Amino acid sequence: MSHFIDFLRIVWRHPSGKISLLEFGLCIILAVFGPVLAPYGAFERVYDANDNLVRLVSPRWEHPLGTTLLGRDVLSQMLWGARPALVIGLLTAFGTVAIGLNVGLIAGYFGGKLDSLLMRITDIFLGLPFLPFIIVLLSLTGRNIWTIIFAMMIVMWRSTARIIRAQVLSLREMPFISAARTTGASDFDILYREVAPNVMPLALIGITFAVAWAIITEASIGFLGFGDPDVVSWGSIIYQAYASQMMYRAPWWVLPPGIAIMVLVTAVYFIGRAYEEVVNPRMRDIGS
Amino acid sequence: MNAFLLKRFWHMCLTLFVMITLMFFMFRMLPGDPTATVISPALYPKAQEALRAQFGLDKSLWEQYFIYLKNLATLDFGISFHTRRPVADAIEGRLLNTVLLILPSMLAAYLAGAIMGAVVAWRRGSRFETILVLIATAFQATPVFWLGMLAILLFSIKLDLFPIGHLVTPGMFPQNTLKMYVSADFLHHLALPFIVNALYQFCFPFLLMRSSMLATIGEDYIELARMKGLTERRILFGHAMRNSMLPLATTLPMILGWAVAGSVVIETVFSWPGLGLLMVEAVGRSDYPMVQASFLLIAVLTIAGTFISDLIYGFLDPRIVYK
Repeated sequence: MSHFIDFLRIVWRHPSGKISLLEFGLCIILAVFGPVLAPYGAFERVYDANDNLVRLVSPRWEHPLGTTLLGRDVLSQMLWGARPALVIGLLTAFGTVAIGLNVGLIAGYFGGKLDSLLMRITDIFLGLPFLPFIIVLLSLTGRNIWTIIFAMMIVMWRSTARIIRAQVLSLREMPFISAARTTGASDFDILYREVAPNVMPLALIGITFAVAWAIITEASIGFLGFGDPDVVSWGSIIYQAYASQMMYRAPWWVLPPGIAIMVLVTAVYFIGRAYEEVVNPRMRDIGS
Repeated sequence: MNAFLLKRFWHMCLTLFVMITLMFFMFRMLPGDPTATVISPALYPKAQEALRAQFGLDKSLWEQYFIYLKNLATLDFGISFHTRRPVADAIEGRLLNTVLLILPSMLAAYLAGAIMGAVVAWRRGSRFETILVLIATAFQATPVFWLGMLAILLFSIKLDLFPIGHLVTPGMFPQNTLKMYVSADFLHHLALPFIVNALYQFCFPFLLMRSSMLATIGEDYIELARMKGLTERRILFGHAMRNSMLPLATTLPMILGWAVAGSVVIETVFSWPGLGLLMVEAVGRSDYPMVQASFLLIAVLTIAGTFISDLIYGFLDPRIVYK
């Protein structure tokens, strides 16, 4: 927890980090209150006084971002879509880093055969084509938010594991570790009480970049038509516009979700880099 | 050095083998019967059996697995559920199309990234740097399919400068002939996906070059070059940049491999008939032999990319010795 507070403090002091944190905070507020603020339901079809479907109207007072081909209010869909984007992004990132952190810690600390085995497995995952694998997996397991998060986690932990392991390898030889060992601390204690806190900054960097990746990937999955059909996400709004072949006639439908993703993910990248510059100047800008 | 090479090669083969095995068992172990689309449960049991035998599905799992491995070894990917023709025929031309889109756009991104990254590091702290970093990050943070849709909306629909998608104007050329690939029409179709992919991929090499340059600029020989009275331009491009290229050279093949995997998205937006689009279409049609084959081919390219990256790293930095 104290790492997280440090994280916020460091990012807040950075000029572009501060703006990015504010943007991210705004997105969290939208994610929490979006469904309450939204004038219409996520899948609600809007009819006018004469019972005609209000379809493909350009932005106007009643519909500030216009409506879709099926008469859905784009602003409402945007508000509903903030929550899945953030939930999927954050859950995937935490899961990814939890796996990667543990694999990296164990491989780096114990070394030897266990290290070789874990690194071989990591190499195999590094060879997996990212999106194609996720698509295949989703086509076989069915598409909902949980399978999407699971599919992304399975592939994404690989880079965190490698980075953490490299750091643990150098930490392992430090005096404070052998000091802990002479006091009779168990491997488990040393690993999670002494080593782990020292790689937390790297893990936090890993989390921010994983959030960015997960949000973009979820949108890509949605765009390719493998998203959760029961959830409106920013990616699925773009997919609907694309699949209806009306996007070229209704730019108001396709612009907002893309801009929202761009702003959110840019903010996440800048948060990650602001933190990285301070805690790990040598690792600067090596993301994904 | 030979031991290092051999070891890496062996790891690559192992990865590939695991991937092939994973693909085989994933399709048979996970819920949902992948054969349901081609062998309808509504058919007479006799007909179902006959179809099963035709696709070799009546044999035991292990038997199927060994037949699958044997067929792969002879580049026999089986019969498509959809077209009922050999999968290998469909894949051949698709691979070339993907390479022709991904390779040039990645090289362009790397070239532009190297130059701009060097310039920006040279002008550390300038407004130019701030703006360029922001733009590059925004392009990386933008879903590439959305960028593609905007490009089509603006340059194809509104301004009518480029075609909406596809490899060439339909019906103008016989498929996959040399004449088609060297035509102006092909280049005209390539332009938009090329630019969009290059913009999307620009950020990584750009930031990598910037941080690599920042490390180089602090070195003594740069100071020495200054004292020798060389021009700034000469020091930047002749000394600093050349010595900062190492991380770019080592990452290029790996990132290329990843970009091939990313082709599923960019090819879908531009209806570009490459491997990625083939795979997405095949998944949509539950054409599993086609999915497996296109996935494996993409995986081979991704794995080869990582392998070559490791090799270059090993050759360029003699300190790396594999134990």
